[in-house]
Amino acid sequence: MADDILRIRTPIGIDYTWSSGPGSVVYMRGLENGKLIGRRCPDCELVYFPPRNGICPRCGVLLAAEVEVGPRGTITTFCVVNVPFLGQTIKIPYVAATILLDGADIGMQHLIQECEAADVRMGMRVEPVWKDKSEWTPSLENILYYKPTGEPDADFDVYARHL
Amino acid sequence: MALHRCAVVGVGQTNHTACRGDVSIAGLVREAVDRALLDANMTLADIDAIVIGKAPDMLEGVMMPELWLTDSLAASGKPLFRVHTAGSVGGSTAIVAAQHVMSGLHKRVLTIAFEKQSDGNAMWALSVPLPFSMPVHAGAGGYFSPIVRSYIRRSGAPSHIGAMVAVKDRTNALKNPYAHLHEDHWTLEKAMESPMLWDPIRFVETCPSSDGAIALVLASEDVADKMPGKKAWVHSTAMRSEPTMFAGRNQVSPRAGEMCAEDVFRKAGITDPLKQIDAVEMYVPFSWFEPMWLENLGFAPKDQGWRFVEDGVTEMTGALPVNASGGVLSSNPIGASGMLRFGEAALQVMGKAGEHQIDGARTALGHAYGGGSQFFAMWVVGSEKN
Ligand SMILES: [Zn+2]
Repeated sequence: MADDILRIRTPIGIDYTWSSGPGSVVYMRGLENGKLIGRRCPDCELVYFPPRNGICPRCGVLLAAEVEVGPRGTITTFCVVNVPFLGQTIKIPYVAATILLDGADIGMQHLIQECEAADVRMGMRVEPVWKDKSEWTPSLENILYYKPTGEPDADFDVYARHL
Repeated sequence: MALHRCAVVGVGQTNHTACRGDVSIAGLVREAVDRALLDANMTLADIDAIVIGKAPDMLEGVMMPELWLTDSLAASGKPLFRVHTAGSVGGSTAIVAAQHVMSGLHKRVLTIAFEKQSDGNAMWALSVPLPFSMPVHAGAGGYFSPIVRSYIRRSGAPSHIGAMVAVKDRTNALKNPYAHLHEDHWTLEKAMESPMLWDPIRFVETCPSSDGAIALVLASEDVADKMPGKKAWVHSTAMRSEPTMFAGRNQVSPRAGEMCAEDVFRKAGITDPLKQIDAVEMYVPFSWFEPMWLENLGFAPKDQGWRFVEDGVTEMTGALPVNASGGVLSSNPIGASGMLRFGEAALQVMGKAGEHQIDGARTALGHAYGGGSQFFAMWVVGSEKN
């Protein structure tokens, strides 16, 4: 019988330690306290949220001043996810949107709810719905999702350079 | 320093398919290698150096397979190294191999790229959540679909363009015996009814998951000149990269891609790519990337790439045939896909593309991109010496 076996499935896993670094620690401490903290590049003056790696990818210098961004933002673009896959934690279909938070110069990814997927639009204004404070951790998952604010959509020209 | 000439003298690929359960990675790779060597009328003993490439190890869960492959490639006593630039790796691997020859260091170089997607789960591997972020990410389609949406909004392209490209590539694949998908039932109407997987990307507009490998034999001018068969001369190569995320990044048409195209055409003496390039093998894993890359590469003006598609310019019978082989949309062994583009471009100028040959193709472009559109690799090959 053993001669018939051509393939076996052997799942693997990896545990790792996350080192936040000077950029992410500001962001994570902020989230622990319900604040969205980015950092500004001293050279190009653009604001990164999250301030991943703590470095401006354009200028190659350390990001500096801490800047509170949001909480509201604009959907620049989005995907309606209809694909099931291994490890998926959100029920499909769901809207994964790129949200340009007010005061930030780069979009971040989050979930859109309290709105039919078919009604989500580029330029739509959204605001966060937070988990109960007792559940906060240093993660963007403290925000359950973003929902429409009801404000008029942003003009295309306002966010076109972020696409 | 002047570069030495380099020619593709052998091309070999496997039949790409969903699951090659009958072979290991080593067996798959060796199959492509044996076909390339046969095409070049050489044996492994003739080879001076080996350059191997594949996409992230997470895709199969086999770490550093190049260590394991040294014996199956008879690499004992020879230099062997591995290149990695995500999805563009097949292209950059071929370029590194060409540089081994163009530098004058080696005369006969074997280069190989592969992926055995059935050994792992690429969708899972490309969806691993970043710590402390929102786990909304859903594979490569989830990453690229918002960018496609941006392109559609920016260019005003009608929604059937993506379906048109898909039907074209699936139809072209019918002429390529090595292609994974041989589906003869696609019409534009049917394609438009294909379900949205990553809205605005439809099921038909996505690439399959494939097992497959390709190998090329590259030779120096003195070696190639003594060979009777047809060759593809490498006229120019270029690679560029940029960060995946930075403020103000043009994600639809990354600057690195534009720079790479400008460089590869300039070095090949091409001033009017639309006129001077006879065939393009372009990395299009999601059909909308055909019009997007037509613009990025400088074939079409900004926001006009979709009109080329609509007007049939990129059909096999058009002025600029794109992916006569069926492209990534018909076969996607990820790590191999870039080298398949480079190898198919070579086959076109060698006149050896079989049923999907573009008549009279003398100059062709092979194109690959990878990561979040952050790595670009391109080469121009020609039937005559540069
Ligand atoms: Zn900067």
